[in-house]
Order: sequence, then C-alpha cells, then structure tokens
Amino acid sequence: MNMVQITLMTVAWAALATALVLPIGLLVAWGLSRGRFRGRLLLDTLVSLPLVMPPVATGLILLILLAPRGVIGGMLATLGIDVVFTWKAVVIAMAVMGLPLFVRTSRAGFEQVDRRYEQVAATLGASPFRVFVTVTLPLALPSVAAAAVLCFARAIGEFGATMMIAGSIPGSTRTLSVAIYSFAETGRDADAARLVLVSAAIAFAALSLSNFISSRSGVRA
Amino acid sequence: MISLDFTLQQGSFVLQLHEQLDRGITALFGPSGSGKTTTLDAIAGLRRPRAGRIAVGDRVLFDASRSISLPPHARHVGYVPQDTALFPHMDVRRNVLYGRRAGLKLELDVVVKMLEVGHLLDRRVADLSGGERQRVALARALMSAPDLLLLDEPLAAVDVERRRRILPYLVRVRDDLGVPVIYVSHDRAEVDQLSDRVLVLDQGRVVSPAARTTDGRDTS
Repeated sequence: MNMVQITLMTVAWAALATALVLPIGLLVAWGLSRGRFRGRLLLDTLVSLPLVMPPVATGLILLILLAPRGVIGGMLATLGIDVVFTWKAVVIAMAVMGLPLFVRTSRAGFEQVDRRYEQVAATLGASPFRVFVTVTLPLALPSVAAAAVLCFARAIGEFGATMMIAGSIPGSTRTLSVAIYSFAETGRDADAARLVLVSAAIAFAALSLSNFISSRSGVRA
Repeated sequence: MISLDFTLQQGSFVLQLHEQLDRGITALFGPSGSGKTTTLDAIAGLRRPRAGRIAVGDRVLFDASRSISLPPHARHVGYVPQDTALFPHMDVRRNVLYGRRAGLKLELDVVVKMLEVGHLLDRRVADLSGGERQRVALARALMSAPDLLLLDEPLAAVDVERRRRILPYLVRVRDDLGVPVIYVSHDRAEVDQLSDRVLVLDQGRVVSPAARTTDGRDTS
C-alpha cells in the first residue's frame, strides 16, 4: 500500500471518528457542565478513563466487547456486521481515544458560557433544547471547534488500541501510526521517516488551527 | 393581581414573602444582599422556593403544595437582568426577535417605536451604549409578550442624564401596554419617582408593606 493511500485513509477514518464523537461528546460535555444527575461523577470518570489508561489496555477491553462472542460484538454479529480487524474497528478505536479530549475541552467551553444568557433565553420562552442550540453552543463554539480539532489529531495518532482491535492489515486497517511502526520494524527506515514527516505536518496543521480558533475566541470574549 | 407567597432558602439566607401586588410598577428596594434579585429569580423560575405559591393573575407559576413549578420558558415572565444579558453573538434585531411568541400580542413596529430602538436594529450588541442596551433588552423582553416584567436595576448602569431619559419608557410599558412591572433598585429617589408601590426588603423580609408611594394614583 502506498503512502498517499495510507495517509488519505487515516485522515478519512479520523474525520469519521470525529464526526462520531461530536454528537455523543456534545451531549456528555453539556450534561457534565450543566446537569445535576445521579452518576455524574461516574460518567465523568468513565469518559476520561481512556485518557489515562494505557491505550493497549483500552484496546483489549474493546476487543473483548467487540469480538464476535463479546457483548456488543455478538449483537452486531447477528446483524451480520463484523467489526474486529476491519476499518470499523479502526474508527471505533480512534473515537474512543478521542472522546475524552473532546469532552474535556468542549466542557470547559460550556462552563465559560455565562448562565445568565441561558436563563434569559429561557424566560423568553426558549425550551432547553433551543437554548442549547441558539445560545450555549454558539457561545461555546470556539472551544467546541478546538475540541474537535484535538479529537481529530488524537485520532490520527491512535496506535495502541488500534493495534489490539484492528491490527495492521495493509490496505485494510493499517493507519499512519501503525505503518510507521511496521516500516521501522521491518527496516524500511526511509518510508517510516517519510510518514513521520506527514504525521508531523498533520499535527502541526491541527494544532495551528486549534490555537487560531482559541485566540479568536479570546478576542471575542 | 400578583401573588408572591413563598419561602426560599439559600444556605443560611432565608427569603420570605407574603405579598399581593396590584398591577402597575412595584419597586423592590433594599440594601444589597436583602434578597431583591433572588425574588426576581424565584418569580422567573430560575430558583426554586422551598414552599409557597407564586401566581400572576389566575396563572399559577409555582405551588409547592400541588407540586406545580412551571419551567422558566413556560412562565411568560419577562426578565431583564442587571447587565441586560443581550446575546453577544446576535445583532440587535435577532436579540429583539428571539422571544417573539406565536399569536403575538405585540407587533415589532409598536415595540420598536415605543422604545425608539429602530435605528439600532442592525447594530452589533457590542456597539451599544448603556442606555441603548437597556432599551433593547426591554424591547426583547416585551416581544415575548410577558404577563409580568421583571427588571433588575434597570437604571444602575446609566448616568443621571440617561436615567431621566429611560424613565418615560418604563412608564409607557405600564400605561400603554398594561404590563405589570416589578423592578429592583437601591436608589430611593428613583423608586419614589417611578413606582406605584414599594416593597422594602431587608435580610430576606419585607420590612415595609406594599404601600402606595407618591401620588395615590389608582393602580387597580
């Protein structure tokens, strides 16, 4: 598999993972910043767990859950969906590892939104959902955008969990990070170095974008 | 008739009101920390009293004994907080139209004309002066056709000259639209000039009853 293909597929998978994280992450971040419900602390901890656990360990948990005989994998198998060691597993690994970063960053943004705006919107007749869409989300948008960029960058760099549940199948599940490892392992140092440059460029672009968005939010506030 | 009969506890602070208010403008007057803003929050549904009942006309907004507590968006109570809380990411027009209710009693033209904000509609919120902010926030609240209007220190952020120019707008709200107003102030002169009655709050209690203040105008 050539490098362009590896790069493009990795970027596409990471984008897909970020798209997957967005709705779930927004809901969790909003719930954690605004809600008072039972199990809030537990949810907070669970979501952040992949950030502090060894990625390989997270990967093994995912493997156990998603394997054809696993709790989730079993249900998917009856629907005829194979996950483990396919590109879907890559996307899931990326999403699980990116979610904590997304939630933490966007949650900080939600917490910075002055509650007064939301309260006034409610007194003007806006339902909680409308308040979220028209007031909270737009005001937290810089943080949410930065969170999405970080999630994407993390997804690009995903390695440990991906290895566990997707492996390193050329042309099928081999991501940028995994390819670097494989090339270095098999003595293709020049190829590995080229991909390192590519990943550095992607990381640089993502971080610049994130910093740019944050600095603009500073101006607006 | 506005019925405020509730107890609200917040840490060691207890707010207790047992008041029946006629229409017109009611001033909540008292030192900071006496419970003025908390009272407005309770009426708007932003804080929940421990016990009691809040009603505007025959609409019950809160009744602890019947487990009724309408959410803020179902109360039809307009609220202009002290800092006006105009939405910074919308222009003035979108702010004013935000709470526009279907089956509206008020036309935009009427409100815009009354508060003289027509020339501001296409401006950014950040470019408004203190007095303009107050008028826009008032227009926004009125466009939601509230049954009751709550104003938290509407004149605190503007200088004396502007203050004199905003007062007539509040009087228009009362006289032309017939919307009852409860407003918070700690300026005695302003209270005397503007309100039909004053509730003096101290440490969460009303220390002077809802007495008519200045001119004995009929406010029924």
